[in-house]
Formats: sequence, C-alpha cells, structure tokens
Amino acid sequence: MLDVLTNILQTTVLYATPLILAAIGGLFSERSGVVNIGLEGLMTIGAFTGAVVTLATHNPWIGLLAAIVAGILFALPHAVASITFKADQVVSGVAINFLALGVSVYLVKSLYDGAAQTPTVKETLTRLPIPGLDQIPVIGPALFNAFPTTYLAILVVIITYFLLYRTPFGMRLRAVGEHPRAAETMGVNVFRMRYIAVLISGALAGAGGAGLSIAIGSEFNQTTVAGQGFISLAALIFGKWNPFGVLGAATFFGFAVGLALIGQIFGLTTYIPSEVLNMLPYILTILALAGFVGRAEGPAAVGKPYETGGR
Amino acid sequence: MQLIQRKQSTFLTSLVSVLLGMLVGAVMMLVAGYDPIQAYAALLSSAFLMPYDIGETIRTISPLILTGLAVGLAYRTGLFNIGVEGQFIIGQLAATIIALKLDLPPVIHAVVAVIAGAIGGALWAFLPGLLKATRGVHEVIVTIMMNFIALYLSNVLVRNWLSAGADSTEKIPSSASLRWDSLSSLFGGARIHMGIFIALASALFMYYLLWRTTSGFELRAVGFNPDASEYAGMSVKRSLILSMMISGSFAGLAGASELLGTSGYLAIQGAHTGIGFDGIAVALLGANTPGGILLAASLFGILTYGGSNMQFVEGVPFEVVRVVFAAIILFVAANIVRWGTQKFRKKAVKEHA
Repeated sequence: MLDVLTNILQTTVLYATPLILAAIGGLFSERSGVVNIGLEGLMTIGAFTGAVVTLATHNPWIGLLAAIVAGILFALPHAVASITFKADQVVSGVAINFLALGVSVYLVKSLYDGAAQTPTVKETLTRLPIPGLDQIPVIGPALFNAFPTTYLAILVVIITYFLLYRTPFGMRLRAVGEHPRAAETMGVNVFRMRYIAVLISGALAGAGGAGLSIAIGSEFNQTTVAGQGFISLAALIFGKWNPFGVLGAATFFGFAVGLALIGQIFGLTTYIPSEVLNMLPYILTILALAGFVGRAEGPAAVGKPYETGGR
Repeated sequence: MQLIQRKQSTFLTSLVSVLLGMLVGAVMMLVAGYDPIQAYAALLSSAFLMPYDIGETIRTISPLILTGLAVGLAYRTGLFNIGVEGQFIIGQLAATIIALKLDLPPVIHAVVAVIAGAIGGALWAFLPGLLKATRGVHEVIVTIMMNFIALYLSNVLVRNWLSAGADSTEKIPSSASLRWDSLSSLFGGARIHMGIFIALASALFMYYLLWRTTSGFELRAVGFNPDASEYAGMSVKRSLILSMMISGSFAGLAGASELLGTSGYLAIQGAHTGIGFDGIAVALLGANTPGGILLAASLFGILTYGGSNMQFVEGVPFEVVRVVFAAIILFVAANIVRWGTQKFRKKAVKEHA
C-alpha cells in the first residue's frame, strides 16, 4: 500500500512539473494584461529545442538552456503582434501555437530524413536525490529524489511570489495588468512591462516543454506536448492567477494526468475509463469559471491592447 | 466612399498577408535546403493536375468553409469561438451514432445523420454561450476546455460503446453515406462528396441570416456595440446564445459531412484534427464575410491538398504549409497594411505642416 502511495505521489510530481513552469509563465503574461493562449506552442518549441540541442551537444543542461532561449524567441512575435501592433491577443496566441508546431515538426523531418520524431535522447536530465531527505518514507522518493526541473519549478513559484508581492517590479506588473492608464500616470512604461512579462512567459513555458522531452520523456514528436499547454492555462485560471494557487492547481492536474496513465497498474481504469480522468482538469476549470468552485476572476485589463494617450 | 476604402484595405491586408506568409514559407524551405520556387510550383500543379486532384482539393475545401463560417459568424456577434474543433468532434460523434445505431432508408438516413451532427455541434456550443450570457465567463477559455472534453468523450464512447473495445468503429452503412458515385466518377474517382453543397448552402444561409433578417441584424448589432443594442431593446443574452449555437451547428455540419462523406468511420484520436483551428485562419483571412470565407477556404484547401503532394514530389515536409498558415494569421491579426499606411499618413501630415 505504501508503495502504491509513493508511486502515485512520484507520478503526480513528475507530471505536475512542466505544468507548474508553463502556468507560472502564463501568470506573468496575464498579470501584465496579455492573454497567452500560446503557452501550448511555447511548450512545443521548448520540447523540440530541448531534445534537438541535447542530441547535438550530449548535454541536457545546454538543451534546457536552449529551450528557454527558444521559448523567449517564439514569445517575441506574440509580444510584437499583441503589444506593438495591438492585434487581438487570442488570435495572436493561436498563431503562435500553429507556428511552433509547424516549425518544430518541419525541422524534425528536415533534420532527421523525414522521420516523424527525433532519435531517442540518451543523455536526459536524471533524478537528483537530496541526501538524507530522500530517505523519508513516501514523500522522500517523490519530492527529494526528483528531476532538476522539479526543483526549478518549486524555486520559480517561490521567487515569483516574492517578485510579485514584495518588489516594486511586481507591483508595477500587477498595476499594468489591472489599470494600465493609472500605472502610466505614475511613470510606469506599460509597453516595456508587458514585453518583459510575455518574454518571461516564453522562457518558463520553454523550460516546461523541455521537461517533457528531456526529463519525463526522451524524444520529441508531434504529440509530446498534446494539450499540456492548455492544461497549464487551465491551472493558471483554477489557481486564480496566484503563484501558490497555480502550484496547487498544477499539482492536482498533474495528479489527474498521472492517474490516467498509471491507473491501469492498480486496475483503476476498469472502474473509471482513463478518458474520464483526462477530462477532469477541464471540467473543473469550467466549474471554477462558472463560479461553482470558487469564483475565478482574471486581471482587469487582460486582453485589452494598450494605447498611449487615449482615455 | 469610406466603406469602399475600408473594403479595399481589408482585401489588400489579406492579399499582402498571404504573400508575406508564402514568403515566410519560402525562407523556411531555403533554410532546410529546398528550392521554394520548385516546391510551390509542385504544390499548385498537383492541386489541379488531374480531375481527381481537383475533386480532392474541393473535398479538402468543404470542411474549411464550414469551420470558417462557424468562427466568422460568432465573431460577428463579438464572440471568439475557439471551440469549433470540439463542436466538429461532437458533430462527427452524433453523425456516427445515427449512422450506426439507427436503421433508416437511404437518403433519409444521411439527412438525419447530418441534422444530428448540426444539433450536436449546436448543443456543444450552447454551454459556452450560456455561461457568457448569464455569468460573463469568457467564451475562449470555456471552449478550449470543451475541445478536450469533446475529444475524450468521443474516444471513450468509441472504445466502450460504438465498437467492441477497438480503436475505431466499423464503417457506416451506405444508406448514411454522403458519397455520390456520379459526382465521384466525374472527378476520376476522387472522394468528393455532398459536403461541398452543404458548405455552399451554409454560406448562403449565413449571408441571408446576417444581412436579410432581424435576428441577424441583432447578432451584428450586439457584436458592434452590446450596450447600445441592450438600450435599443434587443436581448443581448439571447443573441449571444443564438450566435454560439448557429456557429456550433456549422462546426457540427463540418464534422458530420467529413465523417459521412470522407472517412466513413470514427476512430480514437490522440490529438485534435486541426480542422477546427484552421477555421480560425479561414475566418480571419476572409474578414468574417461569407464570400471572403469561401475564397480563404479555397486558398487554404489548395495549400493543404497541394502541400501533401508537394511532400511526395519535392520531399518538402508538409508542415511548411502549417507555418505559412500561422504566418498569415499573424500578419492579418497585426494588420500590417493599416500599420504601414498609418505611418505613411502621419509622416505626410507632419511634412505638410
């Protein structure tokens, strides 16, 4: 029984990690007032870059770093379109999803002689035990013998919390997302803040994507990300745009994703089809939005392009 | 005069965006060492080479028209229906259930299955419309979530009900099929089917509804200014729900006709088909008008079918077409032409003063 518990906890942490990273990325963007439907695409490009660069350099850390850079590069068109050109942010995000999947699958086919997936990555990130702590029963093996990306994700949540609520930068970011006109009157550069926020979202979603291709998995193909960017978006909403809320929501959704995958081992899927478990995060998010599971309300200015000098 | 200018600039935006998008595709091909001119030539010629290819191109265009209309109609009421993909899946599912579980005479069977698809799509779009109208919940997030629920719902029903634990259902009976042998043999045996007529009729319906009926006027008025519409005595809530449901029924029709005409069976899917998302690109490029959507769907259909052949002829991976689509969306959304002319005008005004 204890083994089962350990196994469930371990899988939850495993699948929650990429969701936490991407969802916190989305938090930066949306808190600054820019909707980011493009998280899915940013994770895709991160997963692709992580795998390809690791294959080329035989070093997963360089792969992770490259994935972060690629995430930033692909967040840039979204920022330019939705901030400078004042495009519809949802449309621009949809375009990023198209673009990322198209570019990455196209390049995989071009690089590896028409193959639909990359070769297997041998030098993936490996579990990093924290001596002593990993001996704690049940939670030890899950929390303190995790992939480096998991430690990174938890660190990012804590840093984001302090950045958001304890620093002038965080106050400006929130102000820009709630009332950009007032923020500008106080001397905050709305455009610059939003650019920074969208690029941070690219970096974090890119790292989350790399977690899928060089930590959990060991290759990239068309279905490596398959909706996890959208689950991250759901986690952002379910977690009410708050760093620790997002951590909780992403962990819960990671549990649902993990359970759908390992449910077979415990015979759970004979009672509940795995598809029903897969649906759970999406159903809960709709309920949360509708106000049945606590009211989820986003930043006031989210989705609205900002014009200087207007009213 | 102003209206004409605006129409011209919309058309110009679309045209410039398409050209820039193709340019992005060409750069992608150059980067990977392919010859873009040869590739595009192969793409175009293989879309029209034989009667068979023309038939297949038309088949590819049909669902794009319907999903484009779905996105476009909702947009006219100020709604962004990203849920077309999910409504498409439910349309497929409803049509499959009627086709496999009911025993009806030919033609009637097909008609009932198509109508079931439309109703399925409409019902799947009802909830996001209702939540938007009554609780102010943004339809974008709800429809994204419902896309995934639709995918898993379809999969679980195929596995546990519509087939005996298999990965796909058996083929639908010919009584429910939208294939029409005379039409198919006209195009060298291509899989072209009645879906194209459903799509064209739907485009006419959208035009008639929006510009020739009071309800349609209200839908557009709500999209233009919900507060003024409410003040003028229109029911904004009713319009929002109605718009989503009609939009969903277009998407459902697309799913039903693809299933009853093209594939003939429903399979478990690992990910979304993408046809629903293509509708966003079509509607955007077609400026949300029925005529524009027909043109845009034709362009995307030619690129999609021609692109899959280009892969065989020139070895260029098909995904370059997806990149071209994405670039076109970005350019249209950023309204690159308006931005350019504004800069130019500002400069001219400054120099004048």
